[in-house]
Amino acid sequence: MFKEYTKITNIIGDIIELSAEGVTYRELAAITNHNGDTSLAQVIRIDGTKVSLQVFAGAKGMSNRASVRFLGHPMRVPYSEDLLGRIFSGSGQPLDGKPAIANAQETDIGGPSVNPVKRVVPRNFIETRIPMIDLFNPLVESQKLPIFSTPGEPFNELLARIALQAKADIVILGGIGLKFDEYIGFRRKFEEGGIMDRTVMFVHTAADPVVERLLVPDMALAVAEQFGIAGKRVLVLLTDMTAFADALKEISVAMEQVPSNLGYPGSLYSDLASRYEKAVDFEGAGSITILAVTTMPGGDVTHPVPDNTGYITEGQYYLVNGVINPFGSLSRLKQLVIGKVTREDHGAVMNSMIRLYAKALESKKKISMGFEKTETDEKYLRYADLFEQRFMDLRVDIPLNDALDLGWKTMAECFDRSEIGVKKEVVDAHWPKGA
Amino acid sequence: MIDSSLTTGHVVGINGNMMAVEVDTGSVVQNEVAFVKLPDAKLKAEVIKVIGKKCYMQVFEDTTGMAVGMPVEFTGNMLSVELGPGLLGQIYDGLQNPLTLLDNKQEFFLQRGQYKAPIDREKKWDWKPVVAVGDRVRGGQWLGEVPEKFITHRVLTPLGMHGSAVVKKILPAGAYAITEAVAELEVNGKVVPVTMSQEWPVKKAIKAYKERIYPEELLITRQRIIDTLFPISRGGTSCIPGPFGAGKTVLQHLISKFSSVDLVIVVACGERAGEVVELIHEFPEMKDPKTGGSLMDRTIIICNTSSMPVAAREASVYTGITLGEYYRQMGLDVLVLADSTSRWAQAMREMSGRLEEIPGEEAFPAYLESRIAGLYERAGLVKLHDDAHGAVTLIGTVSPAGGNFEEPVTQATLKVVGAFLGLSRKRSDERKFPAIDPLDSYSLYIDQMADSLNKNLDREWTRMVHEAEALLGRGAEIGKMMTVVGEEGISIEDLVSYLKSEMLDFTYLQQNAFDDIDCAATIERQVVDFKLLYKALKTPFSFETKAEARKFFVNLQDNFYQKNYAAEDSPEYAKFVSKIEEIIVSGGGRLV
Ligand SMILES: Nc1ncnc2c1ncn2[C@@H]1O[C@H](COP(=O)(O)OP(=O)(O)OP(=O)(O)O)[C@@H](O)[C@H]1O
Ligand SMILES: [Mg+2]
Repeated sequence: MFKEYTKITNIIGDIIELSAEGVTYRELAAITNHNGDTSLAQVIRIDGTKVSLQVFAGAKGMSNRASVRFLGHPMRVPYSEDLLGRIFSGSGQPLDGKPAIANAQETDIGGPSVNPVKRVVPRNFIETRIPMIDLFNPLVESQKLPIFSTPGEPFNELLARIALQAKADIVILGGIGLKFDEYIGFRRKFEEGGIMDRTVMFVHTAADPVVERLLVPDMALAVAEQFGIAGKRVLVLLTDMTAFADALKEISVAMEQVPSNLGYPGSLYSDLASRYEKAVDFEGAGSITILAVTTMPGGDVTHPVPDNTGYITEGQYYLVNGVINPFGSLSRLKQLVIGKVTREDHGAVMNSMIRLYAKALESKKKISMGFEKTETDEKYLRYADLFEQRFMDLRVDIPLNDALDLGWKTMAECFDRSEIGVKKEVVDAHWPKGA
Repeated sequence: MIDSSLTTGHVVGINGNMMAVEVDTGSVVQNEVAFVKLPDAKLKAEVIKVIGKKCYMQVFEDTTGMAVGMPVEFTGNMLSVELGPGLLGQIYDGLQNPLTLLDNKQEFFLQRGQYKAPIDREKKWDWKPVVAVGDRVRGGQWLGEVPEKFITHRVLTPLGMHGSAVVKKILPAGAYAITEAVAELEVNGKVVPVTMSQEWPVKKAIKAYKERIYPEELLITRQRIIDTLFPISRGGTSCIPGPFGAGKTVLQHLISKFSSVDLVIVVACGERAGEVVELIHEFPEMKDPKTGGSLMDRTIIICNTSSMPVAAREASVYTGITLGEYYRQMGLDVLVLADSTSRWAQAMREMSGRLEEIPGEEAFPAYLESRIAGLYERAGLVKLHDDAHGAVTLIGTVSPAGGNFEEPVTQATLKVVGAFLGLSRKRSDERKFPAIDPLDSYSLYIDQMADSLNKNLDREWTRMVHEAEALLGRGAEIGKMMTVVGEEGISIEDLVSYLKSEMLDFTYLQQNAFDDIDCAATIERQVVDFKLLYKALKTPFSFETKAEARKFFVNLQDNFYQKNYAAEDSPEYAKFVSKIEEIIVSGGGRLV
């Protein structure tokens, strides 16, 4: 049916080049190597009859006599309810030993943007039972938000926990360069937590070919989009987006593109944005919320990957030293829900608790510099301890309203009601009796 | 002008959104628009380089499915926008497609290859001629007028017309659509019909005016730190660089809501779709501070967000400034806001990379600086042929990599703008909003407009402002000293200066965007508030102990702060003013 080519002229990195006609841009090709190995590949450049393709399985061991058959369409992903509970590789192959999805509708990946006038203003609070999120930087349905962290931090545990507790209709995990153990960790937690039957996983492990990494976010988001249109509230987890960016870098180097910053392509911002912008609240249908992990090389937030990410997403959670840092972290959509869909004292508790904690840290710093410890300092030190123990500890697992009550209790245990800088009516209504 | 015999060609190469085309017959023009025919759609593209018979084009859409050999039809026209009544209140993409009218695939998604008329062809406008048969007119001069929302929309002669023309025919007052000829002009012996609309190539500045004039009037934004410390003039330029999350977009949105101008063009260039959605939902509910009408009625939104095609993002900034120039031509005061110009520069960089041009710093093209300068030069205050004045003020945000201002886009922008409002990470982390760093930022306009400021606001205005600025510098020095030697190590006088400068920062420079009253301060209020504050700053209070000084300023500062949340003319406001005066006297100050 389709013409077969058996003469590859160049192999550079994971890119092969050959002479072919009638090929369309971003078209998919099936490659069969001389030893019978097969892979898909995608057209990434056409210059006259010279066609360049990136080989999803990588070009390692590729013979220049391998057969290349163009398929006449770009990369697609099947979509049906049968996807739920299933696990696939970056290129869509089942990883769970079950058969491929039959009779599914095929959707192009990397499709067009949502028309901005068809979006609605986000308005639903997503409760995670993690006070550092719910109380201080609440997650809002359709938000796109990365966890900025460094290797070794429990970011995947945090993602898994949010997935278990966030009450989304559908969870889609996009694992990018995951360690095998991390992949199994997600799988176990989702099975034990009983959410596997509403989960779809696209998993690329560190041992898999680099090019397949590039597909994971697009596969995950294309499926998410279909569920979203069907009215589902979808939570997409992408971990680790820095591995995704590194794959972009590898391809662009192989293509001899001029790098802009630390070897990353000049299009890094657009490449990341076209994925993150898939987060949406559809007018009259479902939504897509994206929670990602971005590891910061060397812990440096000005590194191009976290930097470009910060310019795209709607805030970030800093996960350092095992806790979500209350200062650098920001949910830019929080003002849409605080006090509007959450309790009316939410804003006041949030602001004053953070302000008090900032002052407590100042006291700590002062004392560590050898200045005298005053009575006020004592109060603040006590507060800092309670704050870290009752709110910052990631093991704490309580609903927002309990966290708010605990906030009042904690403040009352350490301070006088005039010291917390909250409007009188609000204090009157919430200050613990007998405190 | 442009060769009109239709040129055709075919695709010979594709790399991302760049395509190489071999021309079969005819000539091509740099920046000419062509359409490439795919089986499912015709996609718009622009010529950006011509090498022999081959030309390189940026395609304004996703190029998936494009193949070598596909036919290309050139249009003979440069990338243009349509100008005429009916632009106000619209939401366009970077190529002036009205987003509300596009048919969406699966209802939600932008389908490629859809181009819709930017302005309504059917709507009738109430036309009134202002010239008579026999009058001599020049390019861009007023032929008549129609009411559009809250403004008087002037119908212009062709903007690109050379020399002058004679009015041969002019329709009497009545209702006409933009497609109908309302006049006939004799140009170089040829009679040409003129309708209420015309096209203009976006990358060319509209220069159909008598002369540019020196901007000396204040553009009121109702943001205290801008209007008082770093003012922008009507017809001036300014940039807002800052790291992510420092508050660039919030500040631009505040400016778009509260500025006293005739109309605002918001260009959302390569940023988040969600931010535009907020505007689209908020603006129709808000009031235009000038006319009291709906804010949306004085606004045009150009929206090419980050996941929309990159080439159209590059065009979007030009589309915005061209619409601005068009309304300036009617003697109006136009404000153009671009968020973010870095995304526009990156779009140029992406294309330059695909063209394999020799890269400059951080891989930006060598012409980055001249493109940035060329854009900001299109702003300005002008005197029209009709002797009215019109202004385009341009304020662009810049998103520097790593938040470091030593990068090509920030640096090139700094060379050409009159006011630099630099946001700092430190201030935004400390929640000091707007996070404009008062020590780094500057405005050249404060001296340029000194005469008009001193005449309109207060005789001593610029002197007082400069003194306040100096105090901030002094306060920062003392603050630094204290981190080394502690409060014990400085004199009471220095502590007082420090507390004064903190008070100025906390109660005047900072402004709460999310409070209904504090979010905007009229210029009248700024004058009164600033003078009262200035009095407090100038009073040489003397204290026995540092603790006494601190206590005094906590009280004084709190009253200034609370006053910000009281409406002008409210009894609370008056109460705070007299309380403040009382405190000043109690501290040893005398009232005049
Ligand atoms: N004037 C302000 N008052 C109160 N909060 C503000 C103000 N400006 C900014 N913020 C806070 O900072 C957040 C980020 O602001 P904004 O979106 O304007 O940043 P930005 O500089 O445009 O970032 P980016 O470059 O990523 O687009 C807001 O969501 C809000 O929480
Ligand atoms: Mg912004």
